[in-house]
Amino acid sequence: MLGRPAGVPGRVGGGLREVRGQVGGFYAAVVVRGFRRYATYRTATAAGVFTNSVFGLIVSYSYIALWDQRPHLGGYSQAQALTYVWVGQALLMTMALMGGGFEDELMERIRSGDIAVDLYRPADLQGWWLSADLGRSAFHLLGRGVLPMVCGALVFDLALPSDAVTWLLFLVAVALGAVVSFAVRFLVALSAFWLLDGAGVSQIAWLAGLFFSGMLLPLTVFPGVLGEVARALPWAAMLQVPADVLLGRHRGAGVLTALAFQACWGVVLLAAGRLLQSVAARRVVVQGG
Amino acid sequence: MAEAAERWERAGSGPGADRWDRRPGPAETLRVYGLIVRMWVRSTMAYRMSFVMTALGNFAATALDFATILLMFSRITVLGGFTLPEVAFLYGTTSTAFGVADLLMGSMDRLGRRVRDGTLDTLLLRPAPVLAQVAADRFALRRLGRITQGGLVLGWALLRVDVAWTPGKVLLVPVMLVSGAAIFCAVFVAGGAFQFLASDASELQNSVTYGGNTMLQYPPGVFARELVRGVTFVVPLAFVNWLPALHILGEPDPLGLPRWVDFLSPLVAVGCCTLAGLAWRAGLRSYRSTGS
Repeated sequence: MLGRPAGVPGRVGGGLREVRGQVGGFYAAVVVRGFRRYATYRTATAAGVFTNSVFGLIVSYSYIALWDQRPHLGGYSQAQALTYVWVGQALLMTMALMGGGFEDELMERIRSGDIAVDLYRPADLQGWWLSADLGRSAFHLLGRGVLPMVCGALVFDLALPSDAVTWLLFLVAVALGAVVSFAVRFLVALSAFWLLDGAGVSQIAWLAGLFFSGMLLPLTVFPGVLGEVARALPWAAMLQVPADVLLGRHRGAGVLTALAFQACWGVVLLAAGRLLQSVAARRVVVQGG
Repeated sequence: MAEAAERWERAGSGPGADRWDRRPGPAETLRVYGLIVRMWVRSTMAYRMSFVMTALGNFAATALDFATILLMFSRITVLGGFTLPEVAFLYGTTSTAFGVADLLMGSMDRLGRRVRDGTLDTLLLRPAPVLAQVAADRFALRRLGRITQGGLVLGWALLRVDVAWTPGKVLLVPVMLVSGAAIFCAVFVAGGAFQFLASDASELQNSVTYGGNTMLQYPPGVFARELVRGVTFVVPLAFVNWLPALHILGEPDPLGLPRWVDFLSPLVAVGCCTLAGLAWRAGLRSYRSTGS
């Protein structure tokens, strides 16, 4: 965080690069703190791992019954369908599909007026919360994702890839999905500027997320137009796309198309969040003085 | 803190001892519960628009589970040997029973937070039963959404399901709803008691409450035999709807239990509530304040 020692002037270009480096370091530090903040609660994480595993078990058995009746439903073999279940359990918290991310906190700050202080800070509001939430996502992927997946692999035959490239691409897809997930929830949180109590919007948003991410049933199983629409919406970037990347359903350039789909939604939604933020900031009135 | 309260109770003499001496009876617990609930309902109604949205959200959240089942049945006609109306009957009974328990006792999972930040001490100081205070804490009227949704599906299932109704079977439906709600309430209370020991582990009880509710929506034949044994003999959720529903629908029991077991739900519910009450008392006794 420390810059060049005072009194040692650098060239202008070098100085700019340095400032940029500092800014990058600052947000990286927020990411790390976001990770460590959630890593503090060990018992809660263990309880969560257990709950994820129980849900994974229950859903797996219902999928087995379904795929027994209709093998290759949605283009998945039974092993692939079961893998999908456990990827879902691993990403449920990572993508904050049922809430539990930063949005409650931000909404509370907007409601209480603390947001006025935040807007004064020399850090960008969206950048700050994005960094903190990515840190949380990373922790939840490791802390809440790995063990349930191991549990699933022990109980059932899963179709996990053996090559490192697929796993790497999966991680990229997860990272992009986490950005899209953040961007959606940032928009939701900003609604508190107008509604004050954002609980309703928040709930409707995670409902949509739960349904359209493919958490309940793979989007490839959704019938007809519903399936086509669901696969084009941003929520598909959070679970369906990463799962399909891991299952190797995209071949060659298809993977890039899938990742580009996620990146596009990420950029569009982040830009929308920025726009809404600037509109909302103009609404802030600080009382008193 | 609990010690202090106990000392008060044991003292049994001195001014005002009469008030502290008596253990709160069920009537007192219910009265206090009602008072706190009324307060929270009024507080909820201060943000009426938000209440409507969250109640609708609660309705829709529950409906998602049924939407999953409908999506499944858009591709199949029989799941685990059950037709759609039969699965809907399972879904409706467990959702309604769980919905009632969730409305009445769903706040129990906030106990861990109160233990952590020390606000439980405030509840212990009030001359009112702690269980009533914790259970009614932030009473969430929006959970009517879940009951409504479960009830609607149950109504639809009762119209569509192919059953030769006898007076006994008709009577079994309300009996299973009440017993089921009581069993889930007991699970919530036991989960609350566990949070005295592990204040961070409130999510653990979700695997039994929400997880159990999800499991009971599907036919027992879908699951591995050990899992069905577990929810019959260890955490007796099978008595919420599986066993009585198997009797009503005339389906065979995957565990091959004698048929009179199907009628045991009320007894099991009473047993669960007693055990949960004992667990609660033990948990409360073991409570040591954070001291902050």
